[in-house]
Amino acid sequence: MVGSLLLRGMIAGLIAAVLAFGFAYAFGEPEVDYAIGLEEQKAAAAGEPEEPEIVSRATQSTIGLATGLLVYGAAIGGIFALVFAWAYGRVTALGARATSALLALAAFVSVALVPQIKYPANPPAVGSAETIGSRTSLFFILLVVSIAAMVLAVALARRLCAERGAWTAGIIAGVAYLAVIAVVLFALPPVNEVPADFAAERLWAFRAVTIGIHAILWTVIGLTFGALAEARLEPRRRHALA
Amino acid sequence: MTDTTFAPARPVPVPIGELLPWAVFAGLILVLAIYFISAEEGAIALFNGMYVHEFVHDGRHLLGFPCH
Repeated sequence: MVGSLLLRGMIAGLIAAVLAFGFAYAFGEPEVDYAIGLEEQKAAAAGEPEEPEIVSRATQSTIGLATGLLVYGAAIGGIFALVFAWAYGRVTALGARATSALLALAAFVSVALVPQIKYPANPPAVGSAETIGSRTSLFFILLVVSIAAMVLAVALARRLCAERGAWTAGIIAGVAYLAVIAVVLFALPPVNEVPADFAAERLWAFRAVTIGIHAILWTVIGLTFGALAEARLEPRRRHALA
Repeated sequence: MTDTTFAPARPVPVPIGELLPWAVFAGLILVLAIYFISAEEGAIALFNGMYVHEFVHDGRHLLGFPCH
């Protein structure tokens, strides 16, 4: 059962990644190219020698981008399926589709949205090489804290559910989650390494594409996996609704 | 009308004992896969060189991970 769910999660992740690749290639690559152009202009103006190209831009923007998104999609799809296998029938009395959709929404908020609000995506040419260590640590600390806060919020909602009903329990847990996240976002040190001559609207476009990629990934995983898991877990319900 | 099929029973949870080995082994491999896409040859590196970093470069930037 778990193996079958895991496989379905990874398939949902791959389907999501194919769609996310189309979006990233169409709307993200022009922004990456703009940033790299700016980077090269500056290097040339400073009289620095050209950096050797280990992987060509043509490969990076096609096979490289696709590999990155497909591996990421399959991995988060698989982890999603494992979390689903625990949550299904435990966290709520909802069926497979609804559980999957809600879980994907919680994952999008905690894995993508919250970390990106504090440490948004940076195109090439933004960020200094000396701070990559601290920036990476801060990013992953926020990611872990954000996921932990979401897990605790769901646990709180479960506890309150019997006494106060699902609606009120959900609101209380949601507000508690927001409060914790607000404190954490405020407490973590800011990172701002955007060069003064980087066009603001290009930076915004780049960051919006990042949010868009994650929104596509989690929406498609939530809906596709829900349908695939339902076929496995609730064949009777499928007949009843057909 | 006998509509018993419209009132599905409460979903049956997957037993923890069945879930745990999958969660540990598959979880570990999947997290490792995310590590290679997101951070290898950036802030930390298991391999020498920059090939992995350069190959997944665009995906890493566009997914919002700190790249370089």
